[in-house]
Amino acid sequence: MSIELPVITDEQVEVLLSDLLEYYGYDFTGYSRASLKRRILRLYSLDKIPGFAEFRYKIKSEHGYFKRFVEQITVNVTEMFRDPLFFKTLRNEVLPKLGTYPFIRIWVAGCSTGEEAYSISILLKELNLLHKSLIYATDLNPVVLEKAAQSMFAMSQMKQYSENYISSGGTNDFSSYYTANYSLAKFNEELKSKIIFSTHNLVSDHSFNEFQLILCRNVLIYFDRDLQHKVLALFDDSLEGLGYLALGTKETLDFSQISKSYKRLPGEKIWRKTN
Amino acid sequence: MNKCDALIIGGSAGSLDVLLKVLPLIKPDLNFPITIVIHRKNGADSLLPELLSGRTKLLVKEIDEKEVLRPGTVYIAPSDYHTLIEQDHTFSLDYSEKINYSRPAIDATFQTAAEVYKEKLVCLLLSGSNSDGVNGLKSVKAWGGTAVIQDPQSAQVSYMPAQAAAQVKIDYILPIEDMADFINLLS
Repeated sequence: MSIELPVITDEQVEVLLSDLLEYYGYDFTGYSRASLKRRILRLYSLDKIPGFAEFRYKIKSEHGYFKRFVEQITVNVTEMFRDPLFFKTLRNEVLPKLGTYPFIRIWVAGCSTGEEAYSISILLKELNLLHKSLIYATDLNPVVLEKAAQSMFAMSQMKQYSENYISSGGTNDFSSYYTANYSLAKFNEELKSKIIFSTHNLVSDHSFNEFQLILCRNVLIYFDRDLQHKVLALFDDSLEGLGYLALGTKETLDFSQISKSYKRLPGEKIWRKTN
Repeated sequence: MNKCDALIIGGSAGSLDVLLKVLPLIKPDLNFPITIVIHRKNGADSLLPELLSGRTKLLVKEIDEKEVLRPGTVYIAPSDYHTLIEQDHTFSLDYSEKINYSRPAIDATFQTAAEVYKEKLVCLLLSGSNSDGVNGLKSVKAWGGTAVIQDPQSAQVSYMPAQAAAQVKIDYILPIEDMADFINLLS
């Protein structure tokens, strides 16, 4: 959809953000505003809200609507095996290294509806590492996590995902990983058995474990520089020596304080922590 | 016309040829930034910045997130992200749903820039086969900016500029050969 003229001002966006913080403890003040404002306007127009005062009241007083608001203003677009070459590097380089550990802990931060967590699970299974791995898939938004835990994705996406999977070096029949159920593809239980879905807010929650691989792709783009620094420090706290940090195609560690203790894998947005 | 603080060019099918013709004629001491949003296939390594930088003395680069817009630079929107412009004149990238079947969507860049640069924004919509950019130009006009289109008769694919002409009060309709002069005079 497109918005011609904004009906919510920048100042009103700030009012909503401070309400969210005050009433619900959700802090979006470190988010980049252009994207956030577009999402808010989109929801405002989608739900045909008659005016800003009504909008504000609805968010403050209806918990169900607050949940919808948080779900809608955060971007939850994701794919399985998005950027196939990235997954190829995971398959050929990163995961085999981690395979030498007795136990593998992976954190998918900002996992949304879970497509990347399941992709990782497929890679681990094919490398015969799934039995000794645990994938923590977290998001601030409980609604998307519920969806992720159902391990069902739209059948209409499977052609694209299968192509991505093959480009990432997959050699199995991708359709062997799911059962078609009308318009949905239900992924095998085994893939989910090593994924723990849990809420975690990168803005306000602390480190909760130590990992050998952290993936946080296309999440930092929505944060301002200060919040990016803070979240990267959180990842650094949560990553073992010689662990790997993977970011999105257009994200980088370069400007960050922690970059001096990381070495980038050539050609990839994957950094390895030096010891 | 107002002083120009930013020029944004959007295009789809048939627009690359226009850029290749116009860009070499743009003067190197341009005192505003040019941002180019072109629909194209996904691919981590886009050749577009390289292709265009061979045709101009201006610095041409693919946009990095949080990058500040600087005069005299040509910024290329990366594939598979929307490019947005923030009030502090920085770019931010966004991986939300496609708009008009497109990511990057020209509308997203035009609309966010419209609010930031207001009457000092010029947006130019080139050849293309869908209606991306049309709503963006409406926003540009609503915020007082200048809406320009490639003359549909000179476009390889006229649909996009023709839709804009049908739905938006366009300030200038330019054939390809007038574009460079127009841009150079914006300074």
